[in-house]
Amino acid sequence: MKYFFLILFTISGINPTFSDERLRSFINENSNYIIKSSSKTVDNILKKVDDFNEESVTQFLTLWKNKKLYYIKKSKNIVLAKKADDNSYKVFDIFSKPLIKKLSKKNLKKIKPNSGVRAKISSALVRFQIFSKDEEKRLNSIKALEKKILPEHLDLLRKALSLEQNIMLRDRLQNLLYLAILEFSQNKIEKIKVLDKLSGNTSIEIRAAFSKVLRTSKIMATDDLKKLKNKNVARIIIPEKTIKNKYGEAEPINILFKNKPELNILKAYEIAERSGYVNKRVSLENIKNILESNIENGKVFGVNVIELNNFSKRIDIYNKFAVENNKELYKTVSDLENDLSKFHFYTTYTEKSKKVTDKAIQILSSINLKVKFYKYLDLLIDGLSLASIYFLGAIGLAITFGVMRVINMAHGEFIMMGAYTGYIVQLYISNHTLSLIIAFPLAFLITFLAGVIMERLVIRHLYKNPLDTLLATFGISIALQQLAKNIFGTQARPLTSPQWLDGALTINDDLSISYIRIAIFILGLIFFSLLLFVMKKTRFGLETRSVTQNPAMAANMGINPEKINMLTFGFGSGIAGIAGVAIGLFSKVTSELGSEYIVQSFMTVVVGGVGSIWGTLAGASLIGFLQKIIEWFNPSNTLAAQTYMIIFIILFIQFRPRGLIALKGRAANDQ
Amino acid sequence: MINKIKDPLSQHLLIFVITMFLFTILVTFLSEPYGINLISTSFVKVLGKTLCLCIAAVAMDVVWGYCGILSLGHFAFFGLGGYMIGMWLMYERTELIVLNSINEQQLPLTPSELKEAIGNQIFGVVGGKEIPNIWIFADNIYMQLLLVVLVPGLLAFIFGWLAFRSRVTGVYLSILTQAMTLALSLYLFQNDSGLRGNNGLSGLQNIPHIEGLGQPSISIWFFWFSSIALLLTLFIFKFILNSKFGSVITAVRDNETRLRFFGYNVESYKLFIFVLTAIITGLAGAIYYPQAGIINPAEIAPIASIYLAVWVAIGGRGNLYGAILGASSVSLLSSWFTGGNAPNIPLGFYTIEWVNWWTVFLGIGFVLITIFSKNGLIGFLNNIFIKIK
Repeated sequence: MKYFFLILFTISGINPTFSDERLRSFINENSNYIIKSSSKTVDNILKKVDDFNEESVTQFLTLWKNKKLYYIKKSKNIVLAKKADDNSYKVFDIFSKPLIKKLSKKNLKKIKPNSGVRAKISSALVRFQIFSKDEEKRLNSIKALEKKILPEHLDLLRKALSLEQNIMLRDRLQNLLYLAILEFSQNKIEKIKVLDKLSGNTSIEIRAAFSKVLRTSKIMATDDLKKLKNKNVARIIIPEKTIKNKYGEAEPINILFKNKPELNILKAYEIAERSGYVNKRVSLENIKNILESNIENGKVFGVNVIELNNFSKRIDIYNKFAVENNKELYKTVSDLENDLSKFHFYTTYTEKSKKVTDKAIQILSSINLKVKFYKYLDLLIDGLSLASIYFLGAIGLAITFGVMRVINMAHGEFIMMGAYTGYIVQLYISNHTLSLIIAFPLAFLITFLAGVIMERLVIRHLYKNPLDTLLATFGISIALQQLAKNIFGTQARPLTSPQWLDGALTINDDLSISYIRIAIFILGLIFFSLLLFVMKKTRFGLETRSVTQNPAMAANMGINPEKINMLTFGFGSGIAGIAGVAIGLFSKVTSELGSEYIVQSFMTVVVGGVGSIWGTLAGASLIGFLQKIIEWFNPSNTLAAQTYMIIFIILFIQFRPRGLIALKGRAANDQ
Repeated sequence: MINKIKDPLSQHLLIFVITMFLFTILVTFLSEPYGINLISTSFVKVLGKTLCLCIAAVAMDVVWGYCGILSLGHFAFFGLGGYMIGMWLMYERTELIVLNSINEQQLPLTPSELKEAIGNQIFGVVGGKEIPNIWIFADNIYMQLLLVVLVPGLLAFIFGWLAFRSRVTGVYLSILTQAMTLALSLYLFQNDSGLRGNNGLSGLQNIPHIEGLGQPSISIWFFWFSSIALLLTLFIFKFILNSKFGSVITAVRDNETRLRFFGYNVESYKLFIFVLTAIITGLAGAIYYPQAGIINPAEIAPIASIYLAVWVAIGGRGNLYGAILGASSVSLLSSWFTGGNAPNIPLGFYTIEWVNWWTVFLGIGFVLITIFSKNGLIGFLNNIFIKIK
């Protein structure tokens, strides 16, 4: 066979026109089948075209499939046509060679194959393209096969794989072949071999193929389990008692997880009824309809309608009517259970061989174990990136609230100002990388100044009463927010990350990390070390700590507490501004950006332990991981996760009122 | 530390009662159904709602201004009260609608059919039809009224007991209460919270069984309720604060540690005030939301509670009339300025539109009052009053 194709290629390479002529005459000989094609007759044609030049056939089939072909009514010759003017068409032959004729509209008709025919043509097309000399065409046909694969492709794939030289394409073909074998092959031994080869492969397609092997039938009923001997039974279902697991087997229902039974008693009864084991059930709805159709002058069968406001009364009346008219009586649930106790419900695997399904279950469970590991890893990374986001939000507060004990409700607005700074810089500098490099220091500068002004004008008057600063800074917060709304409007402004931050680091189907998350994490680390360095290793940090611990003593040592307070507050605000640029990269830049972070940020600082930068890190990690872990149990609902997380924090503070990392000694003496 | 101001205003409960009484009569006289139709129904509702906010502010003042606990979560109790009464209003009204839609050629509904029809009507928007368990008493107004008291009270009790027991105070307590109201609003935002998610409860202005009265009359009735409720609240708190118990409460604010050394069980006092104010705030919510007509989780977002605290601060802490003054003036002015009725100020190069700029000035106002007038508006008025004397 291999040689046959090689020969075919060489022939067609030498003399294309020769085989074109053959194809043209073949088409015109069979034009009746092509014009009035049906999915039954089309196979005849598609089988025969194998003999011709692959390129010409491909061209012809593509045109046919795309409804580009016409035929001349008289001669039944198949042609291409192009509109020349209103009434006439220029006519070409199928290889676009112009024919002298111009034909009027009446003499031409379009060939419109139906969808069944088109599907057959496209699967036949694959057959030609997969052996094409052109690598691109082969790749395209592989892509088409990856989307939809049919039983007839099985042999085709075997052949193609044996001929394929390109390693990349070979791999994909090999995978496709495995999938095709699992789905369509009738050979048990071959299937088991393939299953063995796929163990350990965690890609989504492979898992999908496994689930196809383990596909089960609709639920059926039987009165005797012995009848199932020759069937590959997946599970015996007990109504109201069992659920289906991911391998298609039955498992007892677990009340803890609130899972619903696979089959309830009413559905079970319906299935038994369909199999002819029991009579049709009269439902409450049926009874209601029967009674309602018999209402006469406010009475049904001699009973006042008003009395029929409960089911037992309705059933009584109906049963009386049923006995008189020889109809089926109403059955209660316990009646139904009684009736069904003689029958068994089951489903079978569509795969006939038990050996194959057992093997599939065995291997799938080992794959699932691996997938689970990746999922945990993914959870870990998710938690880490959420923790970095919380950390970024809270980092400025770690200074203004943590170190200086000023409750700055406008902290969120500093974040917002940073984000808007990033946006404005991008308006003027279109290079995203460069604009970020400028935006970071600029945001620091602007929010530093804003912080200093705020400290001078407002906060320094209120150091004695932290609760008053809360109110004053809340006023500043709403004023700044509204001001931003007046300037920038309510719609979200774009702050685009540079191109090199787009995309994700993909490790496998279950594990991929977007670069922006990695960047946020690294930024968080940089902030953390920077802050730690400034507070512990610089003169400024030393003076800050001394002023917060004992301003009077610090003043005696020649430190100007007023100046230090001002600078520290500015520093904290500036850090919030930088964090704002980073936060703006992954969330919408609106005037409400800051207020989304404020409560969480305060909680982060409080949980971690006020006054400690390590504490803020610990708090952010705890909150971030906790939220992701709660989401893990209830993935559809992030709101619930946040709720439970906050409740946890409220309880946590009961037991560690000073947070995870509590200051000791003199630094901790006031609140 | 804030000293309790012995001002001439706070000595005269009688004057306040008479003023309130005259004001209520005046509004009734000017209203559409019972008077000369000079003020609209919607304005009567605004006034009624403002009175309810005043009640919440008075409660806030007691817990913060007198007892020194800055709770940033009291609006959660307000919202819960609203939700509890809203459940009955919505259930009862839907039941009436369902029952009316039954014609003669149909069987009367069985209880379970009725429940299903009501469930479909109420929870259709969030894709459910079963009535959640928390609605178990929704068909009974007395039980639901009891819940208006019990639910905020119980939440405040559990929260307060946990927090005070472990001596969480000051800023930490404020942040914790803020977390509480955030958690509650996030929880209610879920569609399967059983309270219709972010749709909230609506149509609450249609009071079942008395819908025939018409909104203008109902609004006047609720205005009277609100007014009487405010007076009752004042009486209760005046009584408590003027007793020996009240002195202990103010002592908690002024020096908690010393009081503890005297042998007082400070936590119990704090807990009592926290729970009592929560219950009264909840009741205020239960009168507020039938006038507002709709309640949704956004109402109890943390910012609402902060506003409550700010009203009290602006009016003047530690003075119940101050709380009333602050709440009523700020909320009425806010609704006037942001309602688009206030004339814009043309500056030539720029026109100040109040809709956009009101919040900015309000924020700056908060800052100025916190810095320059520790005792708020009422302190400012007092100073003027004393000077005139």
